[in-house]
Amino acid sequence: MTEFLSVNGVSRRFRGLVAVDKVSFSVNQGEIFAVIGPNGAGKTTLFNMIAGVAPPDEGTISFRGARTDGMSADAVCRLGIGRTFQIVRPFPTLSVEDNVLVGALLHRTDMSAARRHARDVLAKLDLFDKRTVAAAALTLPDRKRLEVARALATDPKLLLLDEVMAGLVPTEIDRMVEILRSINREMSVTILLIEHVMRAVMALAGRVLVLHHGTKIAQGTPEEVVRDPTVIKSYLGAEVAF
Amino acid sequence: MTALWGAMNTRARILLGVLVVMLLAAPLALDRYFLSVLTLILYFVYVGQAWNLMMGYAGQLSLGHALYVGVGGYVAAALWVHYGIGPWLGVVPAIAIAAAFGAAIGWLGFRFGIEGVYFALLTIAFAEFTRIGFDHIPFVGGAGGLFIPYEQDRIGEWWNLRGGQHLFYYLAFLLAAVGVLITALLSRARLGFQWLAIREDETAARALGIDVFRAKMKAVLISSGMTAVGGVFYAFYNNSLFPTQIFNISRSIELILAPIVGGIGTVFGPVVGAFVLTPLGEVLIALTEWLGIDLPGVKAVFYGLTLMIIITLVPTGVWPWIARRLDLVKNEP
Repeated sequence: MTEFLSVNGVSRRFRGLVAVDKVSFSVNQGEIFAVIGPNGAGKTTLFNMIAGVAPPDEGTISFRGARTDGMSADAVCRLGIGRTFQIVRPFPTLSVEDNVLVGALLHRTDMSAARRHARDVLAKLDLFDKRTVAAAALTLPDRKRLEVARALATDPKLLLLDEVMAGLVPTEIDRMVEILRSINREMSVTILLIEHVMRAVMALAGRVLVLHHGTKIAQGTPEEVVRDPTVIKSYLGAEVAF
Repeated sequence: MTALWGAMNTRARILLGVLVVMLLAAPLALDRYFLSVLTLILYFVYVGQAWNLMMGYAGQLSLGHALYVGVGGYVAAALWVHYGIGPWLGVVPAIAIAAAFGAAIGWLGFRFGIEGVYFALLTIAFAEFTRIGFDHIPFVGGAGGLFIPYEQDRIGEWWNLRGGQHLFYYLAFLLAAVGVLITALLSRARLGFQWLAIREDETAARALGIDVFRAKMKAVLISSGMTAVGGVFYAFYNNSLFPTQIFNISRSIELILAPIVGGIGTVFGPVVGAFVLTPLGEVLIALTEWLGIDLPGVKAVFYGLTLMIIITLVPTGVWPWIARRLDLVKNEP
């Protein structure tokens, strides 16, 4: 069986700085996989390489048997990898529904079918009632949900989520955890998430990879990882608050 | 088509119906002068709509659309003058050649990431060097201009666009109607939403699987091809073409004012804009004459001031304001 997503020894340098250094891991179909690490650990750089925003300087990435490193971001998306942005990028003057419709139109040519799909996705993300509002008028938690909705509307097989919990209050985090779990189970979407909020990681992820200074320092179940001495020393440190 | 009609509320349908009937009946009531003003308005609706697709929807600023008007006009006129090929046939190569210019500009700009104002500069540069180029092509009369001869025995050959004001009026009406229809259809199609996404945020559009280069190229090809048809109309309506005039940057600016004032990225913005601006220019001419002010540039000063006032009062355009006021926008159920 070909692996679902496999990342093999990828590196990315910015001038002298090595942002990601020979990182390898693979994600199985159907799981929720988290990448954690302190700020500047290279999480978003790793993420961008998978999403086709920047090609790796070395190493390979393949998705369901096809090499994706060096592919453009739009080609990666058409292959079935949807992504969100850490700093949200809604289409500000479009309505919430039209934002999601753009995603829904990726694999649909029939306008009414696309609109129906967009509305289903909006309902899933608790945004249905706000569908006629301009995206610019949304609050941050709603914008975070819109990011997920838009990516989900492209019918991804793998969803890359870049800190979708950041800036949310605990009750909103719990709701998002619930939504993501149902996306994973009911829509059978594999999820790769970058997250700072340990509460969400512990609740969601089946496996966790810890990145520090661009290198992989640990990988395992959430329980294993938080007990790992290297992880505690370099990342979690005194802030073990969970 | 039926979807478009269904998207309008009753009040909007009635207003649109009244407008169409009035425009169709206008030649019965109006004299030659007013009909020529109305023809000009409808021409600006059409070319404004072509520009609106590229700027208002796809977000690509072109300040050189006079290029496509000129190329379209020159190709059709030269084919007619030299080979006797009528404009109905000549319009095909006119579209193709203007679209080739559009493709060249688009390819350079979009492939090499020339964006925003720099892309606008590129469009100006192309229009300018085409103007200079045409000054030196003897085949189309060079700087001396290309003239479509007035032949008494050809009057009435409407299929060769030889005819009077009525012919050109109805032709301009047809162009405007088709232009509005194209915009209305594209704005509700997949391509239209891809354009909007690109206009709003290219990176996010790409992340949703949109081939940004392709979608932008489609915008520039459609827009330049449409504009070229306007150029063919212009050439046969005026019967003369001069590079310094037709490719002039002031022509490019003139063409984009209606959509800007009316509201870019809307279907009826360019229509409302043209109906506001063209009469305004005419009124200002009459007014300055009546007041006896015949200083050069007086009209331009008044025109500029009025534009500034309109844009300050309704920065997103006159049409969105009217639509809100008259409650013409149908609220989604």
